[in-house]
Amino acid sequence: MSVITLTLNGEMISGLTGQTLLEVIREHGVELPTLCHLEGISERGGCRLCMVEVNGRMTAACVTKANEGMHVNTHTEKLQNYRRMILELLFAERNHVCAVCVMNGHCELQSVAAAQGMDSVRYDYLSPELPMDASHKRFVLDHNRCILCTRCLRVCDEVEGAHTWELKGRGIHSMVITDLNGPWGESPSCTSCGKCVQVCPTGALYDQGSTVAEMEKKHDFLPWILGGRGKKEWNW
Amino acid sequence: MNRSELFNMAQVEQERQAKLRFRILSCASTPCLSAGSQDVFNALQTAVTEHGLNAEVDVVASGCNGLCSHGPVVRIQTGDAPDDIYEFVTPEIARQIVARYADENGADVSEHLIPADAPFFAKQQRIVLGNSGRIDQEDIEGYIARGGYTALAHVLREMAPEQVCDAINQSGLRGRGGAGYPTGLKWQLVRKAPSNKKYVVVNCDEGDPGAYMDRTILESDPHRLLEGMAIAGYAVGADQGYIFVRGGYPGAEKRLNQLERVIRMAEKHGLLGGRVMDSNFSFRIDIRLGAGAFVCGEETALMLSIMGKRAQPVPRPPYPAQRGLWGAPTLLNNVETFANIVPIILNGADWYANIGTEKSKGTKVFALAGKVVNGGLIEVPMGMTLREIIYDIGGGIRDGHEFKAAQTGGPSGGCIPAQHLDSPVDYESMKALGSIMGSGGLIVLDDTSCMVDVARFFMEFCVDESCGKCVPCRVGTMQMLRQLEKICNGSATMQDLEILEELCEMVRETSLCGLGQSAPNPVLSTLRHFRDEYEAHILERRCPAGVCKMDQVPVMELAEELPRRMRSASGQKEVA
Amino acid sequence: MLVTKQQSDYAPPATEDPRMDEVARAVKRFGYQQDALIEVLHIAQRAFGYLDETLLTYIARQMKLPLGWVYGVASFYHFFSFEPPAEHNCVVCTGTACYVEGAQKILDLLEKEFGVKPGQVSADGRLSVTDFRCPGSCGQAPILVIDGELLGRETPESTIARIKQLLANDKQAKEVAP
Ligand SMILES: Cc1cc2nc3c(=O)[nH]c(=O)nc-3n(C[C@H](O)[C@H](O)[C@H](O)COP(=O)(O)O)c2cc1C
Ligand code: SF4
Ligand code: SF4
Ligand code: FES
Repeated sequence: MSVITLTLNGEMISGLTGQTLLEVIREHGVELPTLCHLEGISERGGCRLCMVEVNGRMTAACVTKANEGMHVNTHTEKLQNYRRMILELLFAERNHVCAVCVMNGHCELQSVAAAQGMDSVRYDYLSPELPMDASHKRFVLDHNRCILCTRCLRVCDEVEGAHTWELKGRGIHSMVITDLNGPWGESPSCTSCGKCVQVCPTGALYDQGSTVAEMEKKHDFLPWILGGRGKKEWNW
Repeated sequence: MNRSELFNMAQVEQERQAKLRFRILSCASTPCLSAGSQDVFNALQTAVTEHGLNAEVDVVASGCNGLCSHGPVVRIQTGDAPDDIYEFVTPEIARQIVARYADENGADVSEHLIPADAPFFAKQQRIVLGNSGRIDQEDIEGYIARGGYTALAHVLREMAPEQVCDAINQSGLRGRGGAGYPTGLKWQLVRKAPSNKKYVVVNCDEGDPGAYMDRTILESDPHRLLEGMAIAGYAVGADQGYIFVRGGYPGAEKRLNQLERVIRMAEKHGLLGGRVMDSNFSFRIDIRLGAGAFVCGEETALMLSIMGKRAQPVPRPPYPAQRGLWGAPTLLNNVETFANIVPIILNGADWYANIGTEKSKGTKVFALAGKVVNGGLIEVPMGMTLREIIYDIGGGIRDGHEFKAAQTGGPSGGCIPAQHLDSPVDYESMKALGSIMGSGGLIVLDDTSCMVDVARFFMEFCVDESCGKCVPCRVGTMQMLRQLEKICNGSATMQDLEILEELCEMVRETSLCGLGQSAPNPVLSTLRHFRDEYEAHILERRCPAGVCKMDQVPVMELAEELPRRMRSASGQKEVA
Repeated sequence: MLVTKQQSDYAPPATEDPRMDEVARAVKRFGYQQDALIEVLHIAQRAFGYLDETLLTYIARQMKLPLGWVYGVASFYHFFSFEPPAEHNCVVCTGTACYVEGAQKILDLLEKEFGVKPGQVSADGRLSVTDFRCPGSCGQAPILVIDGELLGRETPESTIARIKQLLANDKQAKEVAP
């Protein structure tokens, strides 16, 4: 691995080849909002919040490899504006009623929006009619709060190895499903490990029986498991 | 089959055809079929039998002749004289045509004969479509008789792979899939990519609703595509090709079986498969079928679809030339791009570079449709003006209406208004006008079309076809559609227009793939050239073309009106 | 108490149905390669007319793919359908050329006459209406495909007449053959 130098918001910084821009940027203390990115699972590049300007062109930092001589800008007015617009789009897409959500106060969508200064939604609320799935004995899936980040899919496939979760349909009609679009509680592949619940950034996946603002999630187990596995730190 | 066997076969077939009294080519491509050409074909066959001419006359199902709106079309080849082409043929007229050619004194069918100097044909330059309509859709003999597979034979014997790439580079050919990336450069990239497994993929997804060039080439002259692919395979070092065909449209299955047979036939003759033409080069071609998703035209999505997955694009780089199918370097080109390879090899790169304009070489096939007199498939040199295409070839606007705009590039393109009719059609000029060349859909709109509604139509398409991976495209297109719907039903305010414009910029710049990045184009281009129509909808609550229903009022006004309505409603109650 | 389905509930069904054999042969022909999923789904839908749970489970097990994967792929592409087809199907092209030539008027009249919107099946399950973007016959716009037959230059009235004719023919056939 060799060292590369690039310019971040006017300052010369260094990184390593093979690192993503997001990694380099965060290592240097610049905070970029992300939602679909989660350390420990593969990148998706779907939420587009981590967009930065590289040599004047926009690109998502989480899926762009850092390269020698890149000129990166992370917080131009335009980028900030676009980030707020994307968040507004997410809030308008489904029925995010924070006041009655189990994750109120601990939700990543909520905190990213607050950090970006998104305080009102100018778009029409699409208000789709979406179901909830409470058939699982330990967890609940509420489509109304899903932002289709696919963290649950990726953790289930890549870490647990069950591949219970999938996306069905496409575009605005996409939804997360378990197996053949059946009730989660009847899924033959689900191991009830709960990793999906822990990585879900919003109140779309939560524990049965939790009430408003009660649910908190932890996903620090991910780097730990994957570090151990990937680097073969555990020998037995 | 080796080289001399190939030439031999060509000669035998040429001689056989020369001995015939005449050949009847009945168009069997989709537009003519929908006009009833199957019945015409049957009638032709029966008539030939009735006249006892089976041994002296060929009746074949050919590919597209181009004049699709005047179908069914029948072409008669008589020796060396130019072909006679008949339009609007019915089974009855088909019988008369046969009678006429069987016997000079037969019925007069000249009413249906298209004059040899009709501008529709005279103004075109048919290179890619050179064989289309002139040969049997399937038979390999007809293609070989017209010089087929000699380019491949030449390349295999006389040219090194680098030389082939250089020749394509020199010709100035640019990708016909829309973006116009120089084809030679792409080939060189794939050739240089280090790997012992490489692939060649043909993009025949053609999701643009209103375009059918690629499928027609595939139907009308399939061997030319196979030959072009094999040459590409030789040039970049690939031994496997895939044709990605759009599936799930009515009639797809029949076409697919036909293509399958064509590939098997080429393999049987040793023109594909192991040790092509007794050389050391092997090349296999398989078909992969799409299942109805426009986004499959995007190259990364297309490759995922070939690998049997959900076609959700992935960020580039890595480009397919670096990491494509199953991780191997992959050459991906459009059908028309591949169809240009054979003529370039046969006639030389310089010949090709002389056609067209400075930066856009060669010809382009367009699917001309909409409100023109002569709709169909046309091929013109790059740089021809829109006016020539629409008024000379297309014969002008139907039913005495006024030209309003030409829509090119489908849902990724834009609308070009009358004041730009004289601009040349090439990659750069189209882009400068806020549209794109696209893969070749060209829809002519007249004064009965509302441009806001056209923008709404395309946005609806993008909402339907968005894969849903990234937020700007998945939700942004839906919000843009909402704003456009409001403008069309009369409930929009100028603020909604502002929101719409802002969204356009954001979606264009932040979407992951080309679909999202180009989804705002129809809105942006209509806003640029027809802003007055948007304003008429919003400020005057009036649709200038009379298309939109305009049956709603803005929410703001509703808020003022609501108390009044409630008062009158309760007033009624009191009376009752 | 929820009943959890066991893995064995998803075992391949006994393949007595010849159509299932066809699917099995296809899977085998593609060497059980996961890449061939879309090809196999095409063949399955051709054989059965639609994809139901048993069929999807069978395909998933045979190709060693997760169940969700198969459903995810099948639902991404609009050609695959999870519902049995209606007796008659009328596809209206809503591509650009047909839009310009008034395909919407055909759809409007269909809705008025039979109460079916695109993507819906009539209450008696006999007629379904689908919209579809462009079979590539734009020169003959507007285009219809009724029960697989491609028809050009249709008007709203001619469409309705054709469908009424179709539905009436069935009735006659039924009366003749009790
Ligand atoms: C949404 C989208 C749809 C596309 N559809 C097509 C298509 O239908 N046919 C095609 O040849 N290229 C299509 N393209 C362009 C291809 O991604 C690719 O650039 C092209 O096939 C490359 O071939 P070329 O270099 O010969 O043009 C599409 C691109 C995007 C982003
Ligand atoms: S359920 Fe949660 S983790 Fe899964 S896609 Fe939706 S928001 Fe993301
Ligand atoms: S731009 Fe649209 S089609 Fe492309 S990846 Fe994003 S959501 Fe999918
Ligand atoms: S974090 Fe990069 S796109 Fe979501």
